[in-house]
Amino acid sequence: MTADSEDRRDFLQLTGAAFGAVGVACVAAPMINSLNPAKDTLALASTEVDISTIPEGEAKTVMWRGKPVFIRHRMKEQIESARDVDMNDLADKETDEDRVEKPEWLVTIGICTHLGCVPVGQKSSDVHGDYGGWFCPCHGSHYDTSGRIRKGPAPKNLAVPPYEFISDTVIKIG
Amino acid sequence: MGSSERTPFENPVVEWVDSRLPVFTMMQKEYGVFPTPRNFNYLWNFGAIAMFMLVTMIVTGIVLAMHYTANTELSFDSVERIMRDVNGGWLLRYIHMNGASFFFIAVYIHIFRGMYYGSFKKPRELLWMLGVVIFLLMMATAFIGYVLPWGQMSFWGATVITNLFSAIPLVGDSIVTLLWGGFSVDNPTLTRFFALHYLLPFVIFAVVFLHVWALHVTGSNNPLGLEPKTKKDTLPFHPYYTMKDSFGLVVFIIIYALFIFFMPNALGHPDNYIPANPLVTPAHIVPEWYYLPFYAMLRAITFDIGIPFTDIVIISAKLGGVIAMFGSILLWFVLPWLDTHPIRSARFRPLFRPLLLLLLVDFIFLGYVGSQSADATLLGLPLSAFGLLATGYYFAFFLVILPWLSKNEKGRALPASIHEAVLAKNKKAG
Repeated sequence: MTADSEDRRDFLQLTGAAFGAVGVACVAAPMINSLNPAKDTLALASTEVDISTIPEGEAKTVMWRGKPVFIRHRMKEQIESARDVDMNDLADKETDEDRVEKPEWLVTIGICTHLGCVPVGQKSSDVHGDYGGWFCPCHGSHYDTSGRIRKGPAPKNLAVPPYEFISDTVIKIG
Repeated sequence: MGSSERTPFENPVVEWVDSRLPVFTMMQKEYGVFPTPRNFNYLWNFGAIAMFMLVTMIVTGIVLAMHYTANTELSFDSVERIMRDVNGGWLLRYIHMNGASFFFIAVYIHIFRGMYYGSFKKPRELLWMLGVVIFLLMMATAFIGYVLPWGQMSFWGATVITNLFSAIPLVGDSIVTLLWGGFSVDNPTLTRFFALHYLLPFVIFAVVFLHVWALHVTGSNNPLGLEPKTKKDTLPFHPYYTMKDSFGLVVFIIIYALFIFFMPNALGHPDNYIPANPLVTPAHIVPEWYYLPFYAMLRAITFDIGIPFTDIVIISAKLGGVIAMFGSILLWFVLPWLDTHPIRSARFRPLFRPLLLLLLVDFIFLGYVGSQSADATLLGLPLSAFGLLATGYYFAFFLVILPWLSKNEKGRALPASIHEAVLAKNKKAG
């Protein structure tokens, strides 16, 4: 074989292998994509909640995307204690104003940002932690009345899901 | 496996088959007359025992799958139905459930034997690496299998472990959504886990085949770590080691049966008999015992790693923990190049031996740390500090001590050959 035909052989082998690799990727893509959330799962991605039944000082847990969402009707003192905080005391610096649409309603995802446990504090008889909000029994994270992390191993504040007030008594989460 | 020389068999049926497909010749060569070092101790049983456990898990698993339903509404009840209504279902489930633990017991001993006697060293590096692949596949298979009964520990274990992938920068959250097939652990997660739990054991079987193939190319290591030189150093595999393996297997099965029949739930967690509830987290989430040392390493990293005196974080505590956990196993892949000391067996390495035994103690202690809640204390100090210390020794052993020993450790004098060492020992014993 001449040097020229050897080069041709190499080129054909490399392009053959490259096309094969692209072909495998094309076949794999729809199968992997089928594992992403299906349309019915996505259809459940928003939920409407009637909040008129939650009296002041009480809270309600609803499911959104398979996760618990905490909706708390905060009392005046709770709002004040959430706003009267020195930013330097916070591990994850966020003002209460940035975390709520309306001051009396706090909406957060009820999943501890440490390892995914559900904090307690929704019922008035529950433990509320050192800062009057929620307490995660798994590894001892304390959240305040704005759902911000104040003490313990969790790195971040309780997440605020996207939501809007459709009317004064109904919110749409998601 | 080609058509090399073949001695004809007397039985005409066997001969008819063998002349067309030489399976009998192969079995005879690989398991009959296969030359095996004559000085194996009982630690060499655990490869065969692990193979037995793999077959046990596949056989019981296939039958259990015929009774199980992979649906979040039905799974828990279908498992309870297996326990109460299916004929002998309790036995099948307890064999399978405890089988996972005993498979890991066998494999952990098998791995430690490989480290102690230097079985991973040249020319057996690839054999060892295939073994690490099998171990990783086993961990994945056992984890997704534990999710299937859809109890509280199934659900929350799955949540915590899949959430680990969210620590990966940039693409982490998309990967977690892809794993879940939704926005939390839910029905799509369960159905794909079931499909994978059925698939992966057969993948393990295929890698075990390669593992055994590689073993039969290099031949087995032995407690002295010397290569057999002459026929005097070896014995035919059958009947010597078929018998020794059978004996060890029977002893192992007796202990296994004690658990199945007298304490079937001793190694499990009672919370998994509570149906999964996404709204209530168990107060203390613990993985199965065979993950505990790695779980402890995950939790040992509680600090961000960043540029000093700035707020810039390069590796967050969460990512650091994940790296420590996976890194602790991935290190085993490069073990043949971390420990390049010319002597294989720890018997002839005065420093390696105690330090490796200390690693074993360290690993078991990590298991204890992993089993305790994160805010536990020991001797008045936070247990997490001990966890960090033990994690530190684990990594130091592989990354600092082994390379240092490879260069500086002076070994003891090696015997001239396996049979000389064995005969000298027999003479001494008189």
